[in-house]
Amino acid sequence: MPLNSNIKKVLVIGSGPIVIGQAAEFDYAGTQACRALREEGIKVVLVNSNPATIMTDPDIADYVYMEPLCPDSIRSIIRRERPDSLLPTLGGQTGLNLAMELHESGVLAEYGVRMLGTPAESIRRAEDREAFKQTMEEIGEPCIDSVIVHEIDTALEFAARAGYPVIVRPAYTLGGEGGGIAGDDIELARICADGLRYSRVGQCLIEKSVAGFKEIEYEAIRDAKGNCITVCNMENVDPVGIHTGDSIVVAPSQTLRDAEHQMLRASAVNIISALKIEGGCNIQFALDTDSARYYVIEVNPRLSRSSALASKATGYPIAKVATRIAVGYALDEIVNSVTGKTYASFEPTLDYVVVKFPRWPFDKFTTAEKTLGSRMKATGEVMSIGANFESAFLKAVRSLELGLWSLEFRDALKTSDEELERLLHWQSDERIFVVTEALRRGVSPRHIYDITRIDQWYLYKLQNIVRTEESVKAAGKSYLTAQNLRRMKRMGFADRAIAAWCGIAEKDVRDMRRRMGILPTFKMVDTCGAEFDAVSPYYYSTYDTENEANPAPGRSVVVLGSGPIRIGQGVEFDYCSVHSVWALKEAGYETVIINNNPETVSTDFDTSDRLYFEPLTPEDVGNVLDLERPVGVVVQFGGQTAIKLAQAVEEMGYTILGTPLADIDAAEDRKQFDALVERLGILRPQGGTVFTAEEALELARRLGYPVLVRPSYVLGGQGMQIAHSDADICEFMAVINRYGRQDHPILVDKYLSGKEIEVDAISDGEDILIPGIMEHIERSGVHSGDSISVYPAFSLSRRLQDTIVETTRRLSIALHVRGMINIQYIVSNDELYIIEVNPRSSRTVPYISKVTGVPMVALATRCALGEGLRAMGYGTGLVPARDLFAVKVPVFSFEKLPDLEVSLGPEMKSTGEVLGLSRDYSEAVLKGLLAAVMRIPDSGDILLSVQDNDKQDLLPLAEDLAALGYNLYATAGTAHVLNHGYVAASLVGRFSEPSPNLADMIRGGHVRLIINTATKGRDRRRDGFRIRRMAVEYKIPCLTSLDTARALIQSLKLNRTRTEITPLGLHELTQTPRGTQ
Amino acid sequence: MAYLVLEDGSVYEGEGFGATRTDVIGEVVFNTGMTGYQEILTDPSCYGQIVLMTYPLIGNYGVNWEDPESLRPQVKAFAVRELCEVPSNWHSEGSLNDYLKRHGIMGIQGIDTRALTRILRSRGTMRGVLSERMPVPGSLAAMRSYAVVRPVDAVTCAERFEIPGKGPTVAVLDLGLKASILTSLRRRGCRMIVYPAGTPPSVILRDEPDGLLLTNGPGDPKDNADIVENIRGLTGRLPILGICLGHLLLALACGADTQPLRYGHRGSNHPVKDIAKDRVYITTQNHGYSVVEDSLTKDMIVSHRNWNDSSIEGIRYTGHPSFSVQFHPKASPGIMDTGYLFDEFIGELGTGSAGKTLYTELE
Repeated sequence: MPLNSNIKKVLVIGSGPIVIGQAAEFDYAGTQACRALREEGIKVVLVNSNPATIMTDPDIADYVYMEPLCPDSIRSIIRRERPDSLLPTLGGQTGLNLAMELHESGVLAEYGVRMLGTPAESIRRAEDREAFKQTMEEIGEPCIDSVIVHEIDTALEFAARAGYPVIVRPAYTLGGEGGGIAGDDIELARICADGLRYSRVGQCLIEKSVAGFKEIEYEAIRDAKGNCITVCNMENVDPVGIHTGDSIVVAPSQTLRDAEHQMLRASAVNIISALKIEGGCNIQFALDTDSARYYVIEVNPRLSRSSALASKATGYPIAKVATRIAVGYALDEIVNSVTGKTYASFEPTLDYVVVKFPRWPFDKFTTAEKTLGSRMKATGEVMSIGANFESAFLKAVRSLELGLWSLEFRDALKTSDEELERLLHWQSDERIFVVTEALRRGVSPRHIYDITRIDQWYLYKLQNIVRTEESVKAAGKSYLTAQNLRRMKRMGFADRAIAAWCGIAEKDVRDMRRRMGILPTFKMVDTCGAEFDAVSPYYYSTYDTENEANPAPGRSVVVLGSGPIRIGQGVEFDYCSVHSVWALKEAGYETVIINNNPETVSTDFDTSDRLYFEPLTPEDVGNVLDLERPVGVVVQFGGQTAIKLAQAVEEMGYTILGTPLADIDAAEDRKQFDALVERLGILRPQGGTVFTAEEALELARRLGYPVLVRPSYVLGGQGMQIAHSDADICEFMAVINRYGRQDHPILVDKYLSGKEIEVDAISDGEDILIPGIMEHIERSGVHSGDSISVYPAFSLSRRLQDTIVETTRRLSIALHVRGMINIQYIVSNDELYIIEVNPRSSRTVPYISKVTGVPMVALATRCALGEGLRAMGYGTGLVPARDLFAVKVPVFSFEKLPDLEVSLGPEMKSTGEVLGLSRDYSEAVLKGLLAAVMRIPDSGDILLSVQDNDKQDLLPLAEDLAALGYNLYATAGTAHVLNHGYVAASLVGRFSEPSPNLADMIRGGHVRLIINTATKGRDRRRDGFRIRRMAVEYKIPCLTSLDTARALIQSLKLNRTRTEITPLGLHELTQTPRGTQ
Repeated sequence: MAYLVLEDGSVYEGEGFGATRTDVIGEVVFNTGMTGYQEILTDPSCYGQIVLMTYPLIGNYGVNWEDPESLRPQVKAFAVRELCEVPSNWHSEGSLNDYLKRHGIMGIQGIDTRALTRILRSRGTMRGVLSERMPVPGSLAAMRSYAVVRPVDAVTCAERFEIPGKGPTVAVLDLGLKASILTSLRRRGCRMIVYPAGTPPSVILRDEPDGLLLTNGPGDPKDNADIVENIRGLTGRLPILGICLGHLLLALACGADTQPLRYGHRGSNHPVKDIAKDRVYITTQNHGYSVVEDSLTKDMIVSHRNWNDSSIEGIRYTGHPSFSVQFHPKASPGIMDTGYLFDEFIGELGTGSAGKTLYTELE
């Protein structure tokens, strides 16, 4: 079956902002899909509210819409673009749900849009719990004893019959949101109430728990002819009960006999055939550890996080193949792009081990609840490839960038034996390190298995690592014979860890093994276990005899990627890395990427000329550089991960393309930077550096409160706080120094209140180009990543704009910037202060590139290669603002992280972002808020509770809200001020007061919006913290800054006068950008 | 220490396991299956071979009494990247190391199996010698002149035996059969009579079977001229299903030719197209020869093709009710999607006489 020639124009819906449970994997899948469609000559209309993605690039789709992902806006786009088809299965759960809504509401039928790939009925049968269970019963596949409920009573009845524990799984949610395991009636009632609310259809599945079973996943693909293959199976190291997104996952399965594997594979094929899937599908099984009994847990009839992982683990491009199937091809007609000869209708075989390790946000959110369960909490993940489990595991651990070089985990080392035993029972992000510490102290794998249900096979492998660690530690340097060293390197130990145990320098270990001829060899990921000659330039390192990667030296440029998605470092840095690669290709270089994130476009083997799937550490990167002997290394696009490697790259004797190392340091090092701005006569808030609490107190008192406290060399404002008193200083310093004195100083600065301005500039060392100036809606004090940011700046005088351009130019030139620079300013009392400089690409680069039309990464890459800006055709200086407004709105994943403070501050909390794009400012804000799923119905109750300093400012806002017809409720102090200002607001009692109080009101379901500003957000016993947390749990929009509220109210006013928002496509912004100087 | 030396002179130095041996000579082949090492080791088709696994971690789930395809390991030796010393599986009854030791089979681990696979892929299957000490020139010479002669004789059963069943009677000519073939037939209710490879047609026909199954087995099909002659005497007399070596021998018996493949097909992931159904199935394969395309006679129709290299994977005969496949529809190890071929075969068998059915029921 060849291409269906009736398909001319396809609508692809993306997955929206990065949230926990839905990360960059859908940018990867969507980008692959768009490319596959365009290779067939099909026009692509793309909708995605996430501006940081590669898929929303004008060169990926023909018509790009960064619009809210809601039925109304998609409908408008369909009406304008009239696509003949829709591809629903590549935009995660968000895209799938939207497609189903459009299908069910008749919009698709109305405009003659057909759904490609897996039919709607199949999606319904896989997604709807009742229909799914029935289908499984029909084909004889065992499901876990369960019941579908629409109310809590039915759930309780079932549990009484089936026995506890039971699992609650809401229908149509992502990342297991709203689900959980209940051990008794009270827990069940609570979790079930949550689940019913989170579910799009108010439906939950209550099932008997099989916690402790092995969790095994299959990625299967089926075409319209009925051909089925499984791409790969994956075994979760953690048992059923921990969300697969929070599990350490290994591919292929390690502890299954062929008979067991074939039993599950046959079941997967049976299911995908019965559901008539046309495309990719993920099937999860629970397998008993003491028999061959299994249950089908879940089926995802779409591309998923697991399918991205399976793609990277095997080299099989699932998204591309699924797209080709959707447009009519059969598996036996699609060429395997890895071998270039064989077809997609085969099953990959691996000759290596893959480990996926989740990346949790708990290094930043130190107070969040760390227990892992059926609700996913990881923001991202790393993947590693090794010739054995030990090496893959150790590579994964050091890819996490948690400062871990071995399995010695600082907290676990200090724990008493009793405490350790207790911690083994706690399913937390650190448990695997508790396990390794227990093994170190001689606890038997059997005992650990009994508690954790982690298969003993893994425990013995971990024991093997730990025992080796102990042997080196005991023997010291004398242990390092050629034989032992070779064995350790094969097992994946880092030179740095070995050096630390032997009390020598890392370089000594490296020199020693070089003398002994113990050098890394690179092997190819080829889908076929070397059976066929492959063309995929995709490599991983081993310590073996044959090296398969033989690049010619002096031809390539290496781009360092950004590692796992985490708070402060999202998909935007992958966008930058990929664009840099494309620019380097254009310039005639062979391109090389080193990265370890399986969710990304950069780790697609056809993005660069060679991909090395390796940890981003000096040693691992050095190995690749020694092999490649590149012309240079690009460190400015991979976020803080890449820039941190600059020093190591230079020390190893390789050239950094772009801003020199000394200048990178000058921007990061406080003393040097202070001296520089002083010399240039640029204002900055007063401040200094300290190491201890005493020094901090002294400095803070000298500067006068409030002050800003933060560690240096961190990302996303990690650990940054505003201190209002000595007590705050003591508290913050204790948190920052909890692991002992920091290597780098802590910065204490006077906090200035004012407008925040952000600039991304490109410099060639002589000239600069500023595509646009951004202004934040929130006043200084909220992290730039959590602020609503508007392009172009909307309230700056001409004089200030000129000052910004000039200051940026002088600073860029003084820092010898060649490439990107990101500067944050504050305008306070009409004076410009500089608060931060990053000599690298920033999170705003993708969206500014798209809305201004300036290909920033390409230009910056050319500058890094030594070209001059003047020759590039975009002029220099500030590019005049386009006739549009682009409003970037942060998106949070608070509902996934119980106990986390919601109130915004200088430490970044958002996981992703969306864009509102319009010719009209208010509409752009409205679109941004809509896209951030901040939907406020036309009527209802609004709850106000603000801190004293905000009360007067709240008055006009409250007046507006009342005029819009909302009923206002307020806590005592706020109500008092409002009523005195002649704004009617009803009084609501505190949590401690008798019913009806705040809790009853929020639970009541009529509150549409909460405006709550925090006095001091750290005390979780206070009412404010509880209000904000309850808002999250009950899915009520909660604003913690009056600036945000003001913008929202403005857009609400607008919304009243409009019937529909108008989509604005990127292709409609045609004017060519050019700088003014 | 252990040394694996190939006929091209390349040496792979590793660590021995299993039984300690010197100068074990065999044909070195690679298998790409990620699971199923015990089934592969005990597959009689592997007779005379030093089998190399491309998946690096072998022995993870131990060994048991249920998975073997024959009573003992059939390989000459076993080469892996890393042997698992502490297996973990509910069904495990011991380690692979002990199992091989018990059966006197030597293994080597710690070698760069991928490098070796790449050599076999580019230069074709080679002979090799595995030894606990560096082989001397004499043993290298012996290795270079090594050839397995009539391996079928070594693996076929010693005498005829019967497995009762209520359905049709299938005569099984044992060329080195895998136990799972019998399991597949028994699951479908067949009565089976298994014959040694050299059994003449008259003996088989005397038992009045409803059909004949030619099993898998080791070696060069052309070594078996007498068996081919016997099969020729049975074509047209009975519906025949040929599997693997059985497929090759049936083709020879019907006038086609066979040829060695460069490095064979060994693994559990080979796509095969069933041409009539226009469907691709993933199959288990373990063979080093194939039927020559140009040698096909008029009454042979290619029913299955390998979707990687287009080689012939199945033949249907128009002159008599016979068909055969090069792959293993009974998998084990591997994918069971082509089990439908057994159903097709049984569908072609006569229903059998009422008396016979009565007899088996009484039994």
